[in-house]
Amino acid sequence: MNGQPMDKVRRKVLACAAATAGLVLAPGVTLLAAQGADSKKRWGLLIDASKCAKDCEVCVVACRDENGWSGHQRPATDPQWIRKVNLRDPATGFTWSLPVMCQHCTSPPCVDVCPTGASFKRADGIVLVDKHICIGCRYCMMACPYKGRSFVHEKITNQKPYAPRGMGTVESCTMCVHRIDAGGVPACVEACASQGGGAIISGDLNDPSGDIAREAAKYGVGRIRSDLGLEPGVLYRGAPL
Amino acid sequence: MIRSGIILVFLAVFLAGPPASSAEQGGVPFPVLAKAQGEKCVAPAEDMRRNHGDYLLHQRDETARLGIRGGKYSLKKCIECHASPDAEAAGAATVRPFCAACHDYAAVSINCFECHTPKASGGNPKP
Repeated sequence: MNGQPMDKVRRKVLACAAATAGLVLAPGVTLLAAQGADSKKRWGLLIDASKCAKDCEVCVVACRDENGWSGHQRPATDPQWIRKVNLRDPATGFTWSLPVMCQHCTSPPCVDVCPTGASFKRADGIVLVDKHICIGCRYCMMACPYKGRSFVHEKITNQKPYAPRGMGTVESCTMCVHRIDAGGVPACVEACASQGGGAIISGDLNDPSGDIAREAAKYGVGRIRSDLGLEPGVLYRGAPL
Repeated sequence: MIRSGIILVFLAVFLAGPPASSAEQGGVPFPVLAKAQGEKCVAPAEDMRRNHGDYLLHQRDETARLGIRGGKYSLKKCIECHASPDAEAAGAATVRPFCAACHDYAAVSINCFECHTPKASGGNPKP
């Protein structure tokens, strides 16, 4: 192999393959790149704690209605895709309120521990559970430091057509992937803007001209437990994280 | 000997006539499928009868994992087109009777509808 290391040769072959993928096969016939989750994008949320009212649960209600995860009034076992967390600084007595959901980590521990590959990160950064192959072992729930995932303990009927859910599988915030794929925004973002304080914005973290990048550059943002190095896609501002 | 046996079986099958006559001859009745609402299925009926499971399995992975939406073999579209009144769902239009017609007949147990809703959008409208 001309004395080249094997991985370099392999890379060349791959580059060749990539170049041919877009070739014109015949006049009028081209190999189109498959559509779907775009790896150039990195979907995320930015939550402004200063606009989030302590007693407001609009985002939680909107998520529940959108994805149909209303429970059985049993808080210990009911699924919970998003919840409000109130924080208090004991030194000053100042309080914050934040919605917390799956943080859509860049290095998600739930994906690392999944024994079947059901827990996965899409090319555009959205972390999901493929319930077709989830065996309900709940390792991911143990691994998640944000308590983002829930287990479905009971038989479910009347699911939403775009949000399948079933007993024996783990689930969490999907960042309303059905809306994102249709060019929309998550239900919590929409509801917070129309009925809440407009505290949540969604967008592509990789887009330097996007709302999130602009706000992040202007105000500075934090991530929950950034010391863990998981690089969540959910950013917070206005809270001492 | 074996060869002539096979030919005999073939002849017997052909002489027995089309399968529709099975019930008339005292055999097990063939499943009766409800008429679909659409004009035409995404593929010929013979193809769909044999391969719908593979098509759905392939597309489910593309949609769930790669985010490729709007494929040809969509479970949602099956549900919309093949929904009929379902006693199990209090008369709401679901795809269950259509699926069950053959799957019960062939003792196939599928679990799509443990997670996916079998209801057509009329029964569960998108907000």
